[in-house]
Amino acid sequence: MSTQTTAGTQKNKKKAASAKKNGQDGKRPNMGELLFGDLWDFHPAPESPDHAKFEKRYGHFINGKFVEGSNYFASVNPATEEVLFEVPTATKEEVDTAVKAARSAYENVWRDMKGSDRAKYLYKIGRAIQEKSRELACLESMDNGKPIKETRDVDIPLVASHFLYYAGWADKLDYAFPGAKVSSLGVAGQVIPWNFPLLMAAWKIAPALATGNTIVIKPAETTPLTMCKLAEIFQEVGLPDGVVNVVHGAGATGAAIVAHPDVNKVAFTGSTEVGKLIGRQLAGTNKRLTLELGGKGANIIFEDAPIDQAIEGVVNGIFFNQGHVCCAGSRLFVQESILDTVVTKLKHRMASLRVGDPMDKNTDIGAINSKMQLDVITNLVNAGLTQGAQMYQPACSIPDRGYFFRPTFFTNVSQSHRIAQEEIFGPVLSILTFRTVQEAITKANNTHYGLSAGIWTDKGSKLFSIAGAMRAGVVWGNTYNKFDPSSPFGGYKESGFGREGGLHGLLPYLEVR
Amino acid sequence: MTETKKKRKKASVAKEPAKAKKAATPANGASDNGSVRLDVAKTYKLYIGGAFVRSERGRYLTQRDAQGNFVANYTHATRKDFRNAMVKARKAQAGWSKRSAFNRSQILYRMAEMLEDRRLVFEEKLQSHAGYDAATASKEVEASIDRLFWYAGWADKYIQVVSSVNPIAAPFFNFSLPEPTGIVAVFSSQTSPLLGLISGIAPVILSGNACITIVENNAPTIAVDFAEVLATSDVPGGVVNILTGERGELISYVSEHMDLNAIAVFGGSDEQRRNIQLGGVENLKRVKLFDDPDAEGWYDDSQQSLYWITPFIETKTAWHPIGV
Repeated sequence: MSTQTTAGTQKNKKKAASAKKNGQDGKRPNMGELLFGDLWDFHPAPESPDHAKFEKRYGHFINGKFVEGSNYFASVNPATEEVLFEVPTATKEEVDTAVKAARSAYENVWRDMKGSDRAKYLYKIGRAIQEKSRELACLESMDNGKPIKETRDVDIPLVASHFLYYAGWADKLDYAFPGAKVSSLGVAGQVIPWNFPLLMAAWKIAPALATGNTIVIKPAETTPLTMCKLAEIFQEVGLPDGVVNVVHGAGATGAAIVAHPDVNKVAFTGSTEVGKLIGRQLAGTNKRLTLELGGKGANIIFEDAPIDQAIEGVVNGIFFNQGHVCCAGSRLFVQESILDTVVTKLKHRMASLRVGDPMDKNTDIGAINSKMQLDVITNLVNAGLTQGAQMYQPACSIPDRGYFFRPTFFTNVSQSHRIAQEEIFGPVLSILTFRTVQEAITKANNTHYGLSAGIWTDKGSKLFSIAGAMRAGVVWGNTYNKFDPSSPFGGYKESGFGREGGLHGLLPYLEVR
Repeated sequence: MTETKKKRKKASVAKEPAKAKKAATPANGASDNGSVRLDVAKTYKLYIGGAFVRSERGRYLTQRDAQGNFVANYTHATRKDFRNAMVKARKAQAGWSKRSAFNRSQILYRMAEMLEDRRLVFEEKLQSHAGYDAATASKEVEASIDRLFWYAGWADKYIQVVSSVNPIAAPFFNFSLPEPTGIVAVFSSQTSPLLGLISGIAPVILSGNACITIVENNAPTIAVDFAEVLATSDVPGGVVNILTGERGELISYVSEHMDLNAIAVFGGSDEQRRNIQLGGVENLKRVKLFDDPDAEGWYDDSQQSLYWITPFIETKTAWHPIGV
């Protein structure tokens, strides 16, 4: 059984053989149409990274300059396992230097700068990102492993529009919160994850700068490349020195930022476990905190749903970005009467998902970001098998090198299974069933998390009623995994607190009196 | 009409303070050669799930006035009392949040009406139980009524002010609206027994939260008297629960309770505030720390704000495609 799930690097034949043993041959249900990829293969359509320039080594970015550090570590292309470039590990002293630079920039430049000037800097950053969008998309795909299709069409356009959106707020803050006087907080310490490296940087940096704060930010240790490129953009547009400082490293560096006594605000996106550690660290300090943590999103399909659209939504909900999405629709609740239809159609749709080279423009599912994450996914999938759920994976081929995992779903899942409770953060879907509306609501809310939910029905009144009952910060009706800079995002319960995006996204960075 | 009613009320209740003052003496056994009527003292219980209940453990604390004279015994709530309140609050919150905002608003207005009606009782209680002089007592009661009245109007308005329709760059209808967080524990003011209490409760419940208020101050009995206002204002049982007792003893049980959603803290030592934040991390409660000004500081308009409502709401964003 374990051979079925361990190596993402396994050859296809071996895979298919072991899948058969499991009574799941991974074959696409024959729906009487031409099967692309069966009779012939797609030609590769790689995006050339030739024009994407980056240094083999970046330092920390402190006070407007790249500075050398120590203990350099490599960032690996997860699709090839080749080293891309390296960055240093920040010591406490280096974090301190970065915070001092941010403090000085805050007090001497940024805090008292005219809102309209801050707006122009943000605007310039947004425009520069648009200019370099293809380069950034390539680099993001290389460093993260996500398909170029997504970095090109989702990540980078959203990064640019996030800066452009918040640019417009910088000189209109007095209109944001009626009856209140608002002011900036000071130095913001920000720690971001690897699943949307540059997008998360934009979500953190844009509102913080618009509201007049300065920043020390740490990108994830597996995906620092686009953050370094963003720092180059800061230099290019002449952002005043020290307004944004970038330090590199893993958890220890993040902890040093969070613990620094001169940091006024901490913003963290990542796991609930680490979010709680930060919460404990900050107790008794006056630091403000926002947390955007894990999720176990429920995607609910009713029998009156537009099924084909719903299947697209399910696929987008769990296989977008290899499932490395905190709001992924990782629990699918299907009304019992249409279970067979949904499973059949889902298998059919999954058969045409292309797993492989992130740089190929036809790739739907790229590389898992790291060996570590691949192990996490594998372990949880094994737990699903051990606990008696039934697994399905399409018989698709995956590259021999790099970290890959086939799109996967489980049926016969019960609510107590680990795969129905824990965040897998991979392309693994758990399918559960329900009969009544009330049952769907109860089961969907039966989680510590509360980040997202999807509802598929053609009946408006039902949609409104269930959307209201979901204990989740984002509810997608007849769609899933949509994002926009003007749309507030964030969780209920243990998915964290505070909102990012939109008007509401200003609040975490302002003192409101 | 209302004028005369008011006068009549004043006339009839005006005797009460005098009575109470007298009553305090014979209760202490002072001589009055049996001619004065003995009073029937109220038992101060907890207010849980809309009922006045005794503590499961039967403990009590004694309230004394500034001179150290006995005023009353009141209930010393335990961990189990808090847990009982949690169960009641959870049940009540579902229904309370489903009521129309207009209805919640009306109920808060009704609370203000009930308090106005009992203003002389509270003025007297603030004097005999909290040691206020008449003028200050009157001021605190008036400010309390006005605060309730102010927040009552917010119940069906704050939603419009803090919600948004978001201009998505694609054909989607997208909006964000506030929802109550759930159950909020309020460590209520330690300086202002009536106004501070109300200023803590009102912004929390108007959005559809239920609350459990932990009261420790110089006159916790006032909070229990206020429960009588709640009980006659059509606030559903369990929406506001009042526990009198010792804050320090309950902090870990409250802050670590896994079904509690948020905590409002007024005043307290740095260590207490830190421990509440620490405990709250267990299930990522929304913890909001407020100052606790002196009794007079609470009159100020700065002690009421839309932004005292927002720490205890969640913003939900909903998307739907636009098309045919």
